[in-house]
Amino acid sequence: MNFDYNEEQQLLADSVRRFLQGKYRFEDRRKIIAGEGWSPQVWATFVDMGLTGLPLPADYGGFGGGAVDLMGVMEAFGEALVVEPYLPTVMAARLVARGGSEAQKSAILPAVAEGRMKLAVGYDEKHRAVLGAPAADKLVMAANGGLALVDAGKVKMKPYRTLDDMLAADVALDGAPLEPLGGGAAALEEVIDFGTALICAEAVGAMKFACDTTLEYLKTRKQFGVPIGTFQALQHRMVEMFISHEQAKSMACLACSKADSSENPADRARAVSAAKIKIADSARHISQEAVQLHGGMGMSEELKVSHAFRRLTVLARQFGDADHHLARFASL
Amino acid sequence: MDLNYSQEELAFRDAVRSWLEKNLPEDLRRKVANYEHLSKEDLLRWHKILAKKGWVAPAWPKEWGGTGWNVVQRYVFEEELGYAGSPPLIPFGLAMCAPVLLRFGSEAQKKRFLPRIYQGEDFWCQGYSEPGSGSDLASLKTKAVREKNFYVVNGQKTWTTLAHYADWIFCLVRTDPTSEKRQEGISFLLMDMKSPGISVRPLILMDGAHEVNEVFFDDVKVPAENLVHEEGKGWTVAKYLLGYERMNTGRIGESKRQLAQLKEFAASRIADFRFRDRLSRLEVELMALEITNLRFLDRMRRTGQPPGADVSMLKIRGTEIQQGLSELMLQAVDPAAHDDFSSSIGKKYLSTRKTTIYAGSNEIQRNIIAKMTLGL
Repeated sequence: MNFDYNEEQQLLADSVRRFLQGKYRFEDRRKIIAGEGWSPQVWATFVDMGLTGLPLPADYGGFGGGAVDLMGVMEAFGEALVVEPYLPTVMAARLVARGGSEAQKSAILPAVAEGRMKLAVGYDEKHRAVLGAPAADKLVMAANGGLALVDAGKVKMKPYRTLDDMLAADVALDGAPLEPLGGGAAALEEVIDFGTALICAEAVGAMKFACDTTLEYLKTRKQFGVPIGTFQALQHRMVEMFISHEQAKSMACLACSKADSSENPADRARAVSAAKIKIADSARHISQEAVQLHGGMGMSEELKVSHAFRRLTVLARQFGDADHHLARFASL
Repeated sequence: MDLNYSQEELAFRDAVRSWLEKNLPEDLRRKVANYEHLSKEDLLRWHKILAKKGWVAPAWPKEWGGTGWNVVQRYVFEEELGYAGSPPLIPFGLAMCAPVLLRFGSEAQKKRFLPRIYQGEDFWCQGYSEPGSGSDLASLKTKAVREKNFYVVNGQKTWTTLAHYADWIFCLVRTDPTSEKRQEGISFLLMDMKSPGISVRPLILMDGAHEVNEVFFDDVKVPAENLVHEEGKGWTVAKYLLGYERMNTGRIGESKRQLAQLKEFAASRIADFRFRDRLSRLEVELMALEITNLRFLDRMRRTGQPPGADVSMLKIRGTEIQQGLSELMLQAVDPAAHDDFSSSIGKKYLSTRKTTIYAGSNEIQRNIIAKMTLGL
């Protein structure tokens, strides 16, 4: 039993957090969103830090890392509300690694690790709300009952921003040449569980930001001549947020470690769904309370807390909301 | 990161588990599983079985009968007791009076009381709450006046759990009503329940059970040698006890057993997804609490430090889960049923409401986290 990151994991998480605190401040992020929706400079730094290679197999230029290796990074992403299309790229790359031919793996994975290629995934055949698609070079799409690779330049896209300012697009394959990708449903489920574990960690980071910033506000905002944090009605709500975050963090630990270590897919799925139930509930609780305790300021677009609210609202639903995972949890 | 117990810890757990399988008397296990009343004899019988095995006070120093187990082993042991469905070990002697004596008691007090607590020869109760002093404990009024080599005690305690079983009571009393800081006038006193002037009156709770009492003190003479620590230092002693290891307040093992039991007898209700989802959310909260508990243990083991004030969250969530379970159990039994089990489930629901009130209400626990952990 050991709940610490190992030295490498901790060093990486610390350096990512330091970089984001220095170069991905709220104003920097705002500019990125107002522009392309992702930043080539930031991406290049991620590549330099090894983030694009970390979750890829060592034989193809990666470091063979798992969900626990990425957990601290995802928490740091959550704290900074990173909008870069990192998760779609990682998940598509994992699908290629899992089911790709030798040629597909050689063509794609080293390019991803070296930062020359970004990817996105369309998980069902509706091809709607494909996260990261507008920035991607290649897409992994559900098609013809299986998976296929397609060049992003060959499909039609209707790009837009999601509720939380992430890049997404509705994609029409529109006769674009499809290259079948192996792996099938089992691979897809495994990779979605992997991604779900990662967004659990990311949500925990966003919750931490929401809790920290609310606590700070309670200590500094004065009404009736005193900091509002002296009021017990607010103290107890803050404590509930704090506990909610700790409980969510515990479940993110479970999801990430089971995503890596489970030999039995049902065991993994049960842990990941349990985690997503807790993360969805905590995300909703913490984000709503953070806004309420900020009063009118919590509604303001000018404060990062309202952006955290939007991000947590989306994360609560991504890869299935609490209801979806309650049904899955009970079926296993 | 590794959420699993080590091979050694698993072997330890299995050893405890298989010992419990062989040594927990079936009639006691069944009483616990059916939420039946446990008599003083039941409680002491189990206490003495553990004492004979040498496992009744694992956290004590080895010279007094402790096992020398580390914090993880102690946690595993207690959770296994709960998971197996053993009767509770009444904490007032083993986990409250004893740690106080070990820390603040004189050699004579330790020699006199600890072996008897260990063997279950003295049954202890706790005299803290008073009619006017619940959450605001430091306002307590029970008075002890020093006369030569004894104290004369007058006043009243209330909510005194199992006082009607007890041979001894440890009390917080006011020895100096004039001290400017009210905490400084409080002392920690041990009293023989057979002393003339002590009377016990039952308080029957809404489930009909007699568990708690009022205890009255009318000119009770207490030998001065029964003062623990110095006069006026009772609050220090009480605070020490509050900060004493509270790693099992979540009572995960017991809740896991009850959850499994609920799944069994509520099998027909689980087809209803409304019930099923309530149950699943509770199960997830319990899974999370178990991991949170292990995170506290891991931190304690690595730092060698006692847990911070945030450990209060284990009590808050643990008791909420216990109440949630009892509520679902009540929902799962047939409202028209009048068999013994259904009726004890009804009583259990009533009784479990106390858990968020006792041992520092959950509101007080939130005050503690707000102040000590969050700095509010």
